[in-house]
Amino acid sequence: MGKVIRVGMADLGIAKCPDSLLTAGLGSCVGVCLYDSVAKVGGLAHIMLPDSNSARSKENPAKFADTAIPLTIEKMSKEGAVKKRIVAKIAGGAQMFSFSNGSDIMKIGERNINAVKRILKELGIALVAESTGGNYGRTIELKTDTGILTIRTIDHGTWEI
Amino acid sequence: MELSYLQLDALREVGNIGAGNAATALSQILNKKITMNVPRVFFLPFSQVPDVVGGAENIVAGVYLKVSGDVSGSLLFLLPEESALALVSMLVGGDKKSRLGLSELDKSALMEIGNILSGAFLNALGNFSNLIFLPSIPGLALDMAGAVLSTVLIETGEKSDQALVIETDFVDEDTSIKGHIFLLPDPVSLKVLLKAIGENVDG
Repeated sequence: MGKVIRVGMADLGIAKCPDSLLTAGLGSCVGVCLYDSVAKVGGLAHIMLPDSNSARSKENPAKFADTAIPLTIEKMSKEGAVKKRIVAKIAGGAQMFSFSNGSDIMKIGERNINAVKRILKELGIALVAESTGGNYGRTIELKTDTGILTIRTIDHGTWEI
Repeated sequence: MELSYLQLDALREVGNIGAGNAATALSQILNKKITMNVPRVFFLPFSQVPDVVGGAENIVAGVYLKVSGDVSGSLLFLLPEESALALVSMLVGGDKKSRLGLSELDKSALMEIGNILSGAFLNALGNFSNLIFLPSIPGLALDMAGAVLSTVLIETGEKSDQALVIETDFVDEDTSIKGHIFLLPDPVSLKVLLKAIGENVDG
C-alpha cells in the first residue's frame, strides 16, 4: 500500500505508483485528475475558478483551470510522464446551494467544468471519464497503480470511474 | 495583506456585535439561552478554512447569503448535522429528523433561521459602522463542510489567495445546538469596513 497524498483547495499534487492522490469535499470546484498509465504517474489539481485572466490575484496558479492544468502536466513530466500518454478524469463542479426562489446566481460549478474541458481539448488531453454537476459534494481519490478514480459522496454512494 | 493588532481587534469587535445580536435573535426564537465565544479573526489560505469546522468531510448544514451595499462579501451560518436537525425539530416540531427525511418545510425553516440571524447580524453591523449591508435571499446546502465552504470561498477567490474569516461559535444552554457564523468581506470591502469602524474606534 502506498501513501495517500492529500491535495487541498486551490492546490495541486503529483504522485507515483503505489501512492494515491486525494482531495476531500469538492463542491463547485473541479478536481482534474491526470494519469499516464505507462509511467504510472498521476496528478491532481483542485481548481476553484475557470480563468486567471479575469482575476485580480494570480499568485497561485493552482487556483485556476487555465494555469493549473499545464502546471500539473509539467510537474508530471518531471516524474517521467509523457504528455501524449496522459488522459484526464474530472469530478466536481456541483451547484451546492439551492435558493428558495430557484435563483442561479452560483453557476460557478458549470463554468469551471466548461473551462476545464476547453483547456484539456486545447492541450490535446483526452477526457476519458467524468462525474460532474449535480448538487452534492464529492471526495475523490486517484490510484496511481491503476488510474482508477474513486468518488465518495454522502448521500449518493461511492463508485469508481 | 497585513493587519495591525488594532485592526484585528476592531474586526473582532465587528464579529462580536453582529454575532451578539444574532444570538439574541436566536435566543428569542427558541426561548433558550444562547452563549457565544469571543470571535476569532484570521487570514487563512483557502485549503485550511475547512479545518476551522473540523475537517472537509464533516457533514454540515450551511445557509449562505451574499452581502452587497457599502460592503460586499459573504455571510455563512454553518451548523454540524446534529445541530441542524435538532434546530429543525425545535422550530417545526415533531420527532427528531434525519438528514434524508427533511421535508421542504424543514429546509425552508433552516433557510428562514439563516435569514433572521443574518438580518440581526448585519443590522447590528450597519448601526455600528453607519454602512449599508444588504443580504441576498438565503441558499441552503447540506453536505460535506469542504464542499459547502469552498463554494462560498470561490467568491473571494477571484480577488485574493487568502480568506479573512471572522468566525464566532455559539451554543445553547443544553448544548444541543452549536454553530459557526462566518463573515467573509471581499478584500476591497475590508478597507471600507476598517475605515468606517476605525472612526468609531477612535471616537
